[in-house]
Amino acid sequence: MLLAKIVGTVVATRKDPRLVSNKLLIVRPVDPKGKAEGSYLVAVDTVDAGVGETVLIVSGSSARMASGMKDCPVDAAIVGIIDTVDLSS
Amino acid sequence: MQIARVIGTVVSTRKDENLAGITLLMVQPLTADREPAGRPLIAVDSVGAGVGEEVFFVRGKEASFPFYPVEAPVDAGIVGIVDHWDLG
Repeated sequence: MLLAKIVGTVVATRKDPRLVSNKLLIVRPVDPKGKAEGSYLVAVDTVDAGVGETVLIVSGSSARMASGMKDCPVDAAIVGIIDTVDLSS
Repeated sequence: MQIARVIGTVVSTRKDENLAGITLLMVQPLTADREPAGRPLIAVDSVGAGVGEEVFFVRGKEASFPFYPVEAPVDAGIVGIVDHWDLG
């Protein structure tokens, strides 16, 4: 899984019916110290996260195992809001 | 599967209900020279690994198999602690 920071929201009226009433957010992966790296991606939110929060992203087919995402066409889901990351020195 | 070193711990209070009770660890994949290879990532732990240990982890949906029948939404999971490894 990846650490990422939520940087924006996505609104789509015309979309797959199985995505209706799901919240889509733009996230950017960050390193363990919080520095942004890599490209932006769209993730479906299952934990009521908001812009600015650091979250846990699950990607690939495992994203469909997130709560309420069974059989949905998604490959990135937000499954947790990160409180802390402790790195050994 | 890939060899990595556990470099930290991750705490999340608000999370998917099927992640409850599962340990999240930050792991750094390693090269054959035990140097960092690529970006660190978060993996779930099902074998009791700790910070500083060398482990191997599996990617993809298979990472949720240790928690069966709970369908944990995870894509990387530590499935073994390495005692030692060497290249012949």
